[in-house]
Amino acid sequence: MKHILLSHGAGGKEMTMLIEQVFLSRYGSQDFSKDDSATVLLGSHRLAFTTDSFVVDPLFFPGGDIGRLAVAGTVNDLLTAAARPLALSASFILEEGLEIDTLKAIATSMQQTAAECGVTIVTGDTKVVPKGSADKIFITTAGLGLVLRDGVSGAAALPGDKIILTGSVGDHGTAVMLAREKLLEGGEAIASDAAPLTDLVLSLIEAGCAIHTMRDPTRGGIAGSLNEIARQSQVSMEVEEALIPVNPAVAAACEALGLDVFKVANEGKMLIIVAPEDAARALELIQGKRYGTQARIIGAVGDKPAGRVKVRTTIGTSRILDPPSGDLLPRIC
Amino acid sequence: MKFIDEFRDKNLVQEIVRRIRSLADTPAAIMEVCGTHTMAAARFGLKSLLPEQVQLISGPGCPVCVTAQMDIDAFLALGDEANVVLASFGDMLRVPGSQTSLERRRAQGTAVRIVYAPLDAVELARQEPGKHVIFFGVGFETTMPAIAMAIRLAASLRLDNFSVLCVHKTMPAALRALLASGEVRVSGLLCPGHVTTIIGAAAYDFIPQEFGIPCAVTGFEPLDMLLGIEAILRQLHEGRPRVDNVYTRAVQVQPNPRAQALLAEVFDPCDAEWRGLGIIPGSGVKIREQYDHFDARTRFPEVWQRLAPAPPSPCRCGEVLRGVLRPKECPLFHQACTPSQPIGPCMVSSEGACAAAYRYDG
Ligand code: SF4
Repeated sequence: MKHILLSHGAGGKEMTMLIEQVFLSRYGSQDFSKDDSATVLLGSHRLAFTTDSFVVDPLFFPGGDIGRLAVAGTVNDLLTAAARPLALSASFILEEGLEIDTLKAIATSMQQTAAECGVTIVTGDTKVVPKGSADKIFITTAGLGLVLRDGVSGAAALPGDKIILTGSVGDHGTAVMLAREKLLEGGEAIASDAAPLTDLVLSLIEAGCAIHTMRDPTRGGIAGSLNEIARQSQVSMEVEEALIPVNPAVAAACEALGLDVFKVANEGKMLIIVAPEDAARALELIQGKRYGTQARIIGAVGDKPAGRVKVRTTIGTSRILDPPSGDLLPRIC
Repeated sequence: MKFIDEFRDKNLVQEIVRRIRSLADTPAAIMEVCGTHTMAAARFGLKSLLPEQVQLISGPGCPVCVTAQMDIDAFLALGDEANVVLASFGDMLRVPGSQTSLERRRAQGTAVRIVYAPLDAVELARQEPGKHVIFFGVGFETTMPAIAMAIRLAASLRLDNFSVLCVHKTMPAALRALLASGEVRVSGLLCPGHVTTIIGAAAYDFIPQEFGIPCAVTGFEPLDMLLGIEAILRQLHEGRPRVDNVYTRAVQVQPNPRAQALLAEVFDPCDAEWRGLGIIPGSGVKIREQYDHFDARTRFPEVWQRLAPAPPSPCRCGEVLRGVLRPKECPLFHQACTPSQPIGPCMVSSEGACAAAYRYDG
């Protein structure tokens, strides 16, 4: 590994390797969280802390824009630690020449998304770099939240638990790819799912559902997230392909491009792993929420072989759901 | 997606599997000629549905995989030319050449663009008149018409900064060479539906006629493939090899005349080198003289003079492509060779047999 390749940032095996070899080995792996949010103890309170950077081309796409992503992404990361999001920071790297109106539109979208989920942006920073040193705008947000339920982590899934998926998969990644490449007539039927899931997640916690793990399946899709959880918790998982909701237009686009929809990014979905006795109650609560109407129980956690995720296919056979590796590459024919 | 779901219906699948079991009276090795079939079989766990006597083996139908090492090295070397942009389908990005790959070249500063359609590469050339865009023309009959259209468009726009490195392959000639070698025992061939929409099902007639081997032309849904397997077993059972068309949705038995005319206008048949199969007469196409302004070989001949012969590689893709070695039998499989650190193209291509085995068979 001499140079950084794009695949090092794609949420697959290459990225895991990079994090382990470059960062974990230097920062010390003791306190470095394997979850999307770290938690730190402050007096008698446990705080969740996370940060994320956002780069997307195009900046505006059906269903969202980089501003909505930057707020919803960090809010959802805090939620995976069962935390109530309290405050966000937002830092901007702007390329010389960016139109002020574009920046205004992005800031408005950030404000609206923050208001939608009751969080405030309390601090920030702005840097401008010469033309060509960045692509239009990069946003980094960090977030602070108050942990409401201890122990929710990627390492806490238990055999017997049920796996809930809060809605259809593949919408965000497909919408952005079609918008970027100006592909496929009628691609407008596909919109990003970018959304903050605060209301949905907090209602489960307030109802006392025995949630063990939450993860928002962004880069790497549900295939990436399920494999991470299986490895962290040392459990196996089995999901049923027919139960995983996929918007028909998304399925058709992925089929045409040769993409595996289970590896495509989502920005407004959550995988929620919950004790079996609470699964039905949790599902009902989720389905009553704006961003959870299509939620389903898609499978269950098992014990062996640890780290392995299996899919029951629509024709009744079973196969491995492998973790993504590298960028998604559209095929030749 | 009703269309797709219908072809994945569980009950129908069970019904056909039952018929397959009753027909499978002798051992049969059925080759999926096409890489897309290999992937679909793995993705749907088809092997687990078939009786033990019926085996699926992968064939030479992954376009990325059969591209010769020299051709890949040549495309990568074109990146050394001044002001060049290398444009390619995504599949090629991580395929290892002898020294490097497109992905690595891109990280080191070569302009590499992934395009979804050859026409996008022409558009790129139009937008960047100061650069020369070279498109890597890889693929079988299915991709050739789109490349031919791109070349024709570039000609009508009188573009001076667009060319194609054409390494296209045609399927029937390769099948003939494979079967004539007698190296691999095949009882039947599952022929790719989408190639057949261009060349017509009659292009496979020589297989039952000359080699006595049953063929079924079929699509890529599990049900399509099972119907194809059933058709082959039925032919074996009856002792009457022929070409059955179980892909009636899109395939005509006669070649598509418009696609054929387009191909004939832009390309001439030529000999081509295949990874694992060597040089096969008449199994490739070259850009016709009339369009040679758009042929990277005539535009940058010096690159081929510089090119060193490809050093031997420990990769055994060649044997995998001939159906004589299963991916898991390669000593590098899952050890030195993985999708993120591929030694050979069969491990990176979305249609490669090694990638399919790595991803879905565990
Ligand atoms: S496992 Fe790797 S090295 Fe072996 S044949 Fe396949 S691609 Fe080549």
